[in-house]
Amino acid sequence: MSAAAAPDWLVQLRGRQGSPAAPARTATDPVNLPMIRRWCAAMGERNPAYLDEQAPLAPPAMLEVWTMRGFTPDGSGGAVARLTGIDEMDAAGFTAVVATNLSQEYVRYLHPGDLVTQQVTFVGVSDQKQTALGPGHFLDYRYEFTDQRGEVVGRMRFRILKYRPTQVAAAAPAAMKPPHPRPAITADSAFFWDGLNQRRLLIRRCGQCARLHHPPGPMCPVCHSQQWSVLEASGRGTVHSYVIVHQPQMPGFRYPLPVALVDLEEGVRLVANLSGVGPEQVRIGMPVEVEFNEVEPGYVLYAFHPRAGG
Amino acid sequence: MSQVVFERVQPGDRLPPLSVHVSASVIVAGATASGDFEVVHHDVKGAQARGTPDIFMNILTSNGYVQRFVNDWLAPQGRIRSIDIRLGVPTFAGDTLHFAGVVKGKDESQRTLEIEVTGTNGLGQHVLASVQVALP
Repeated sequence: MSAAAAPDWLVQLRGRQGSPAAPARTATDPVNLPMIRRWCAAMGERNPAYLDEQAPLAPPAMLEVWTMRGFTPDGSGGAVARLTGIDEMDAAGFTAVVATNLSQEYVRYLHPGDLVTQQVTFVGVSDQKQTALGPGHFLDYRYEFTDQRGEVVGRMRFRILKYRPTQVAAAAPAAMKPPHPRPAITADSAFFWDGLNQRRLLIRRCGQCARLHHPPGPMCPVCHSQQWSVLEASGRGTVHSYVIVHQPQMPGFRYPLPVALVDLEEGVRLVANLSGVGPEQVRIGMPVEVEFNEVEPGYVLYAFHPRAGG
Repeated sequence: MSQVVFERVQPGDRLPPLSVHVSASVIVAGATASGDFEVVHHDVKGAQARGTPDIFMNILTSNGYVQRFVNDWLAPQGRIRSIDIRLGVPTFAGDTLHFAGVVKGKDESQRTLEIEVTGTNGLGQHVLASVQVALP
């Protein structure tokens, strides 16, 4: 949508860019240890600096928590309630909201007794975008947090998407069929995953001492050389040890799932899923051979299945 | 708690991974502890009326977990200077979040590190974060 075609309400909203998005608000309570403890418990945060009885620091990620509006029975207690643009979006049919970006800068750490005030500036509103959730607009806000002396303790940028939901709840789970989990591919391991896509099992070989190692890392764990080359494995090996995974269950796998440590005949050990063998049939020492499975278009994973002989 | 020493940290170093099973209780505890009473973070029927299949994690809890993940490696040393996060797919009740982190940059004069954190769940990437920390 071009700027020339923008509806009146959007033009008017853009006229308010750069102005306060809400009146300044001072926290109901000063920074305090009970709220810090409750927050740390919810996040699993165990940093002793936040839980010190004598001189605790507030966790920096609690920056906005102190000035949150809190619960109201009418449901207006959300993070974005009453900011510039929210009512206009609701009136235009973009009734749903999801936060997409949060950027916090901590100028100083807060201590119990600090009283935080926030000022929010309306930064801007995007043209209408077609998103996975439905058509909507992105809204940007800039926050400044000050203490009881008026000094800045932190700053924040916040982006939300206000959208018109396109799917009813009942249809949503099917539309969200989870993809197969993907590995975190690094510069050190990319060759391995590229090899799988060519249906080759590639092992990193040290350029100095010629030892094989897996998973690949930036240097040889024995001689610490960073020189390396690649060996294409035969794909034959034996089960060194195994477990049968029942829980936790990830989408994309069948359970119970046999997972083995496989000793390749080249002399290196891999973790691998086993296929074509029941959980009760896996044995230590069992001869196995690699197979390659395209689990999603363009995404190949390896597994091992039993082979005859030894 | 580990003893992270600035001189020994190198770009490319990885943080210990963390997996968090995100039950409905985890979502509600995080939302209420962060003061966020938006319906989609604690009320299943309210969330479904707004077009999502279940309650999902609020952004301040995602932000809190990014801080906790970095502190699991860093604390009690260091100060977190900033956290910058971008959300991808939502994290619904019953999913598992897998956090991974890598040191992307090191400023010797400022004694700061830039750490990239990702949190993935069964639907894909939930959060991508850049965290700046200062070490003594």
